[in-house]
Amino acid sequence: MRIPYRPLAIGLVTLAFSALVLARALAGDRHYFAPVANPVVKEECGSCHLAFAPSMLPARSWQRMMGELDKHFGDNASLDPAAAEKITNYLVANAGDAGGQRYSSKLLKGVATGAAPQRITELPKWVSEHRKVPDWEWRHKEVRTKANCVACHTAAEQGYYEE
Amino acid sequence: MKNMLFVTSGIVAMILSTATLAGPREDLLTQYAAAAKATSFSAARGQTLHTQSFSGGKPDTPSCTTCHGKDTRGAGRALTGKTIEPVAVSVMPMRYTDPAKVEKWFKRNCTEVLGRECTPQEKGDWLTFVIGQ
Repeated sequence: MRIPYRPLAIGLVTLAFSALVLARALAGDRHYFAPVANPVVKEECGSCHLAFAPSMLPARSWQRMMGELDKHFGDNASLDPAAAEKITNYLVANAGDAGGQRYSSKLLKGVATGAAPQRITELPKWVSEHRKVPDWEWRHKEVRTKANCVACHTAAEQGYYEE
Repeated sequence: MKNMLFVTSGIVAMILSTATLAGPREDLLTQYAAAAKATSFSAARGQTLHTQSFSGGKPDTPSCTTCHGKDTRGAGRALTGKTIEPVAVSVMPMRYTDPAKVEKWFKRNCTEVLGRECTPQEKGDWLTFVIGQ
């Protein structure tokens, strides 16, 4: 029996190529945080700042934040109770520790159990991921604040936070 | 002849309907006028409100233009770095058509800039100003 070398070789090359692409795609997932899909959350949270992905903080963080909207990082961001409840439910259901979200639990690595951190930019993992960003870049007029993810991560609104 | 009459009456009906059919912005103005017991609003006063500096609010946002920018037809930017769409109705025709949203932002922004809520007179003046921009 003759072995069909040519088709076999082509098959192997195709397979190797697909594996490479797939591996890259999976590696990219490490920097993917599903963006807010709920229109109310998008509107109410996203009109002043990027509507941060709920998976970036644990559920208890969102609960605390939504309970203190009148003192929201120096602003009174109070909402009517009905809207606030809807938003809280969404954030909690999609929080980083809501289960099955391996990559965001990576961002939550090092957060003490029971702690309710409020600033994503103070999470230990966030700090170590950004340790190489020089001071002058943070002060750049297009950046202004560490919470302005889109200044550097241009696809942040779509959930991608690659370098 | 009959055709002509038909067209003419159609045009008249259209003119009448645009004259009487007030949009949500006009409804808001009517509402503010009633609350302020005002007979008219002034775009000039609205402009002054928009550009002047206040000391009663938060120190980092002394005026509307701090975030909205000096050009009403250009984009502004919040202190968070986020872009704010222009305030001028001429470039943002859908602005101020949701009364609840208008009230929400008057409340938030006036508190931040002036340190108090805006009066119905101020709201009407400001709205008149941006409608004309």
